[in-house]
Order: sequence, then structure tokens, then C-alpha cells
Amino acid sequence: MDDPTQVETGRAPVIGPGYTFGTITDKISSIVLTRPTSTGWLIGFGISFLIVMVLLYAIGYLFLRGVGIWGVNIPVGWGFAIVNFVWWIGIGHAGTLISAILLLLRQSWRNSINRFAEAMTLFAVACAGLFPLLHLGRPWLFYWLFPYPNSMNYWPQFRSPLVWDVFAVSTYFTISLVFWFIGLIPDLATLRDRAQNRIAQIVYGMLAMGWRGSARHWHRYETAYLLLAGLATPLVLSVHTVVSFDFAIGIVPGWHTTIFPPYFVAGAIYSGFAMVLVLAIPIRKFYGVEDFITERHLENSAMVMLATGLIVAYGYVMEGFMNWYSGNVYENYNLWNRLHGPYAPWYYALLFCNIVLPQVLWIRKFRTQPLWLFLVSLDVLLGMWLERFIIVVVSLHRDFLNSSWGMYYPTRWDWAIFIGTIGMFAAAMFLFIRILPMISIFELRTLLPEAEEVKSE
Amino acid sequence: MKRARIYGLMAEFDTPVEIVKAARVTYEAGYKKIDAYTPFPIEELAEAIGFHKNGVPLVVLVGGLLGCSGGFLLQWWIATISYPINVGGRPFNSWPAFIPVTFEMTILFAGLAAVFGMLALNGLPMPHHPVFNVPRFAFASKDRFFLIIFSSDPNYNAVRTRAFLETLAPRSISEVPD
Repeated sequence: MDDPTQVETGRAPVIGPGYTFGTITDKISSIVLTRPTSTGWLIGFGISFLIVMVLLYAIGYLFLRGVGIWGVNIPVGWGFAIVNFVWWIGIGHAGTLISAILLLLRQSWRNSINRFAEAMTLFAVACAGLFPLLHLGRPWLFYWLFPYPNSMNYWPQFRSPLVWDVFAVSTYFTISLVFWFIGLIPDLATLRDRAQNRIAQIVYGMLAMGWRGSARHWHRYETAYLLLAGLATPLVLSVHTVVSFDFAIGIVPGWHTTIFPPYFVAGAIYSGFAMVLVLAIPIRKFYGVEDFITERHLENSAMVMLATGLIVAYGYVMEGFMNWYSGNVYENYNLWNRLHGPYAPWYYALLFCNIVLPQVLWIRKFRTQPLWLFLVSLDVLLGMWLERFIIVVVSLHRDFLNSSWGMYYPTRWDWAIFIGTIGMFAAAMFLFIRILPMISIFELRTLLPEAEEVKSE
Repeated sequence: MKRARIYGLMAEFDTPVEIVKAARVTYEAGYKKIDAYTPFPIEELAEAIGFHKNGVPLVVLVGGLLGCSGGFLLQWWIATISYPINVGGRPFNSWPAFIPVTFEMTILFAGLAAVFGMLALNGLPMPHHPVFNVPRFAFASKDRFFLIIFSSDPNYNAVRTRAFLETLAPRSISEVPD
């Protein structure tokens, strides 16, 4: 591992100069404990909260009237619900990639962004999880998906990718939650010891569970954390693979392809890093933590985005090639329909957002200037949403028989629920940065030169 | 009033290098019942206090094996015994289709075993512990490093142990009441 404080090859350091164990602790814990709630936070949270109310209203109306209020029909039975599900769950993947895979790869720069990236994962998976439930039609019977002994003498069908999906997503949420919480324990102990307010002391104290930083505890803690990272790594790759099976196991032209798993995983990480940047850029500015989330983090994330974006581009090329090369008339038509059919403008927008525009990241300026990077990330998020829209809607709306062709138009309720989940995600992030340390304090301490000295002894 | 029992003697250090050195010297001086408290993990410190192996990996292995076998057996039992469905004459035990859920169950059980196993072996949650009686201990979660020699150590002696700790040049020494 290179010395993270060293400026090598002219790139920004992982952590600004002049910090000590004490000042790092004070700076991050003061954001939660002593800094007054800013007007900006109140306005931001207020707006997100209003959007959550729109979401609740839309869900309430959905429960009252059923999925008929959406634009879904036959042939397009999946519509926005599945588009948004795949989009959100993909966004979550960057959090696990940062916290688990980069830990195993000893990328110490991850230490300052893993905490809020993991929180982002949790909230994104929570938003994702809503959609299949709402799409059930009878959401109050969702527990039929789980294998439990019941009086109906029935069991779930374990040969169905939809059942695999239930297990993959619920395992992913559970493991992400415990991983995030385990990471928080030492920092909660720090907050418990720093808090002046009695209620804060009690709440943080209970959550910290009496953590006292014993060397024996740290030893077991590090082992458990490393093993969890090792377990989460194949998990995160499996989750989007299983999500892609929802499509790839089906026979619909445009879905039935073997490239889906790797290309879905790459796309997930692509959109996930875009969301990390969309969150990190304003957070580091408004909370003045540019010394912890430095240009180096922005640049590294931009490079991951560029690399995964190219894998996604390869996926598109291969998809098109196989559609042609298969010689299958339905597959051929799927490609033709994407390029010339009624949704063609969306497909061209997708190619522009996901493949053309992100190529500016080859230029260093776009990787290091926050505003440009923010805009490119928004573009990638839009592009990845369009990708899921194309995969779900364009494939379904014209399949084998002309007589069963149709069109899909989202209704205002589709939009209300989609935008509502964005509000829910934002509101949860606002609460998170206000009440929990958004940067891992104890992992930042290990990046200081004083902490590195022990190893060189 | 009876005088409070002493849980141990605690020395405070400023840097990770100092505490690792102090822990090594203490362990070599014959004190085996010792512990150290730091604001972040220091690998060398666990070794310095003579703590080499921990039970977490075994717990995770057992959790993973349970999840794997339990997940597969559940699906196998459902598909072949409890609720067999004939799909075009294909075998009931269509094991390749059971791999994704078996895999997810392995990860789920192993992951939960890692978390709860680690907490249980650490004896957490434990809201109160004698070391919290020392006011300066609040800095153990910030920027100070503490070494404790427990009074249960056979070599422990209130006077001699304090004199020994003083030779390590700590920032402060405190008695930890039980």
C-alpha cells in the first residue's frame, strides 16, 4: 500500500495535510454533534419530505385502485416498476463495491467514501425493493414468496428466476445493513464519548453496544470485517446477475442473451459510481470536507465510471452484433425496432448519454472539476435509466406476433412513484448525514502517517 | 464504606508506536493478563499482548456450511418430496436451478455468523465495563492509547506494577475501580 498522504505523480492526496487523530475526530463528529442544523439542510430535507408525501399518496391510491392506474398493459406487463427496480438496485452496487471489493484490493482511498456509499446502497435497495412489491397487485400477500409452512400446501417455485431474485435482493439488503452497522460501531462509540447532550449520549451509547476499542475486540472485528468483505464481493456480483436472469432466462427477443449478467453488473457499477459522485460533490462542498473527499476520490471514481462505461458500450455492441449474427428473424427485428421503431429516439438518447458523452472523462479536466463531473454523472444516471427502459419496454412491446404488439405510455402515477422514490432516497440521505458520521472516522485515522509508522517499525 | 476493588492499572500513551512498544515490554515482563484500548485497529498490538488466534473464521465457516446445506436441502425437499411438479418430464431434483438460492443462503448465513459471532465473542453488547470508570478513557475513542494490567494477573501488585508502568513513560497512570 502506498503512503496515502504522499503526493505521487502529481495527483491529489487521499487526505489533506496537517490532520491528527484528534482533529479528524473533531471535524467529522462536530458535523453531527455541534454544528447547528443549517437552513440549506432544512430546505433540502423539507423538499425531499414533500416528495415522500407524494410517494405515499401515489402508493395509497395504487392500493385503492390497483395497478390499472399505471401504464402497464399486455404486452408491456413490466413497465416502470421493473425499470425503476433495476435502476435503483444497480445504483446500490457501487456502495458494496467501494466497501468490499476496494477493501480487498487494499485501495485505502476508499476509507473516506465507503460510509456514505454504503448508506447510499441501503437506501437505494430500499427504494428498489418497493417496486416489485407494488407491482405484485396484491402486495399484502408478498410473504407468499418466502418458503414457510402454510395451510395452502404450497411452496415457492425454486426454478423461477423471480424467486431467486427475492433471495438475492433480501440477502443483499441484510448483508449491506449489517456491514454498514458493523462499520459504524467504533464511530458510534466516538460519538457517545463526545456527545454533550444526554439523549445523544444514551442513543449513541446503546447503538455502540459498549464498544471500548480493546485490542482483542479490534482483532476479531477486523477478521469479521474482512470476511464480510470477502462474502459481499461475490454477493454483489451475484445480485445483478440474478436480476439479469429475470430477463435472460425468458425467451423474449432482446432478453434471451448470455451477455446479460456481466453487462448488467458493469452497468450497475457504472450508475452506482455516478450516484456516488452526485452525492459526494455537493456533500464535500457544503460540509467543508474537501480535505477528506479530495480530488483524488473524484478522479478515481470518474475512472471507474469510464472503465465500466466502456464495458457497457461493449455490451451494447455485442447485443447488436448477436441480434444480427443469430440470423433469428425476431432477434433481427428487435435490433431494427430499437433503431427505427417508435422508441428509437429513446434508444439514441441512451447511446448518447451512456456511450458518447462520458468519453469526455478521458480528459483530466472533466475528472477533477467537480461541476463537470457532477453533470456527467447526472447524464450517466439518466442514461442507465434509459437503458433499463429500452430493455424492458422495447423488448416487450413487439415480440413474436404482430397481433399482440402494443405501446406503453407511463401515466402520472408511474412518474409520481418514480420521482417519489427519488425523494425518499434524498430524505433518507439528508437524515443520515445529519445524525450519523458520514465519513468513517476510525478508518480515516488509519490513513494518517502516525498510524502507518507502526507498520514500518 | 468498603474501599472499592481495583480492576486494574491503566497507562495512557500518545502514539500508536508507543503503545505497541509498551505492550511488548509489558508482555515480556511477565504480565499476561493485559489489554490495550485504541481508537483504531492496530494489528501489531493484538500480537504484542499475546492474542494471536480468534474464533471468528470458524464461526463464519460453520454459518456458511449451515446456510449452504440448509438452503439446498430445503429446495431439494420441496422439489422432490413435499411439492413435486412435473414439468415436461424433467427430473424433480433439477439441482442447477437450485444453485442461485443455495449460494445466497450461504452468503446470508456466513455473513450473519460473522457479525453476530464477532459480537458474541467480544461479549457485546455490554453497556458498562469497569474501564469506563476512568474519566480520561473517553479519549480512547479519539486520539489516546491505553494499556491496562488487570488486577487478576498473578504478578499484579499495586505498588510494583505502578512502578513498572512508570518505567514505560506513559502520559498518565490511573487506577481502574471495579
